[in-house]
Amino acid sequence: MTRPRPCARRRWRPAIFALAALLPAALAAQDTTSGVRIGLTYTAGTRPGVYVAPVAGAFADSVRAMLSRDLDYGDRVTAITPDGGDPLTGALNYPLYARLGAQAVVQASVTPSGSLHVALHDIAAAKVSMVGDFPLPQTPLSPEWRLAVHGVSDEVERWVTGTRGIAQSRILFVRDKGLWIVDSDGANAKPIGIGGSTAVTALSPAWHPSGRYVAYCEMGDQGTRIVMKDLQTGRSQRISARPGSNLTPAFSPDGNTLAFAAGDDGTDIFAVNPFTGEQPHRVTVSRGQQDSSPTFSPDGQHIAFTSNRLGHPEVYIVDADGANVEVLTSTGFGDQLYRSNPDWSPDGRRVAFQSQINGVFQVMTINARDRSVQALTSEGRNEDPTWAPDGRHIVFTSTRSGAKQLWVLDTETYRMRQLTRVGSARQGAWSPRLDNAK
Amino acid sequence: MFVPRRSTAALLMAVVALSACKSKPAPAPAPAPAPAAPAKPAFNKDSADAAERARAAAAAAAAAAEEARRNAAALAAVKATLAKVVYFDYDKDEIRDDQKATLEAKVPILTSNPALRIRVAGHTDDRGSDEYNIALGQRRAASVKRYLAARGIADTRIETISFGEERPVASGENEEAWSQNRRAEFEIIGGGDSIKAPK
Repeated sequence: MTRPRPCARRRWRPAIFALAALLPAALAAQDTTSGVRIGLTYTAGTRPGVYVAPVAGAFADSVRAMLSRDLDYGDRVTAITPDGGDPLTGALNYPLYARLGAQAVVQASVTPSGSLHVALHDIAAAKVSMVGDFPLPQTPLSPEWRLAVHGVSDEVERWVTGTRGIAQSRILFVRDKGLWIVDSDGANAKPIGIGGSTAVTALSPAWHPSGRYVAYCEMGDQGTRIVMKDLQTGRSQRISARPGSNLTPAFSPDGNTLAFAAGDDGTDIFAVNPFTGEQPHRVTVSRGQQDSSPTFSPDGQHIAFTSNRLGHPEVYIVDADGANVEVLTSTGFGDQLYRSNPDWSPDGRRVAFQSQINGVFQVMTINARDRSVQALTSEGRNEDPTWAPDGRHIVFTSTRSGAKQLWVLDTETYRMRQLTRVGSARQGAWSPRLDNAK
Repeated sequence: MFVPRRSTAALLMAVVALSACKSKPAPAPAPAPAPAAPAKPAFNKDSADAAERARAAAAAAAAAAEEARRNAAALAAVKATLAKVVYFDYDKDEIRDDQKATLEAKVPILTSNPALRIRVAGHTDDRGSDEYNIALGQRRAASVKRYLAARGIADTRIETISFGEERPVASGENEEAWSQNRRAEFEIIGGGDSIKAPK
């Protein structure tokens, strides 16, 4: 029931690869076998098997498919969902599910009032371990309804693993010069009415930790500025229109500070409280060079950013008050000196960034403490990594399928999935968990 | 009998006109055209004058148009020189030696038009990071501004912005396209209505 600790990641990798090799076989078995499956083992202890039983009630198939897919995408459990079958009734045959490799069974039903009733069976203990009732919005299959079902998946994941899932989150990205949003499972990709033309191009979206505000770089014929939009009221507010360029906004974890890069002779990192109307103050001094792409450590005490102050782009770290600048990505990995776009993980341990290998960008992480580096991608051009709120998944831009698309990577198991299938997508920004937002 | 009588009347009128001219009893608006045989009726003189005036006006207009064309061509040349794009090396903001002439040609125009204000926009190719490239384009625009300031152009007359890699002029994943996109563009943002060509 525990996931591999990051420090032991290397030790686990062979097991994970073995599992990955088994997965196609498991999927094939799913396709061809109806009813009972036997003989599948799911590396108990690392990824518990969870059987999502057929759901009773209205829109049951959609609910079951979503729960199952969310658990699968969470990469902490192995979702077992054979096609077909009837909703479970009466007492469960616990030994049968144990033989199937399931350590838990999710039994759900949509009640006549439209809420989702969920029971979690602990197979080893042969009893119901958790029960919950989750109200769902009025309109089945609407984006709000789906978001609520994702929230149920996340709670089930917490029941099973102790850690809440991230299915109830969305990803902002840039498409056709405008901002788009997509659900964590790739559904409901749509523009959100910001930018979309050459006259008003929106770039570099950044979420406020509340999920209510988004800051972005607006580019028009007059250059660039930083704008913050309240997604609840629709009100927009200009945060910075300094002479020169204004780019790459990022909120602090407490939501009270917005950092960004600006300047007309080189760019420096500035910070401002976007809610008080105060003047931005300078954090870094690039002396005519370019500092950009700030990202806060989860305690808000440090900022990582890209700078070319030594002649080529590297990732640096500075105290939030501007003291103690030091280069983070200084070790001799890769063959080209171009590292940029840092994003600090929510658990504070790692900074994801992009680095050129043979002239092509790849996504990597560097350990904030011991500076050990890990390359996460190798196929196509991969860039702009952003952490999911679980500090484990990363969304990034990749050309591996042709045009730029967003992909999601689990940094523990290296499982990867394509998130967007629109014309092209880039600069993904993963929202916080949207448990309270609409 | 009808036709000769009419020509006689015309002749008579011409004689009257000539005698009037000879005795100068009243100021004639313009010298009468040389008498021709048959002489033109006097009442045509005004329209002839008008035609002459129109011819003169047309000639003057043509000359003015030619002058305007020359001025416009000169102005267009000045504007083209001012707008001529400067190119950069990959991930660099230094002004290349082969690009300095392009900037030098702009200096006399800016010097002889003190009211002229320009905006320099930096651009990049699409190989680097999207976000870093906005900062790189800004650095290129600033580099151009520094060059012109060092040649005596007040830096208050030069705005700098960047479009990063968002507004390419050439598409393609090759050096030819990339080299065209790594550039600084120039736009007049003030004093552009009365530009003089440098002396």
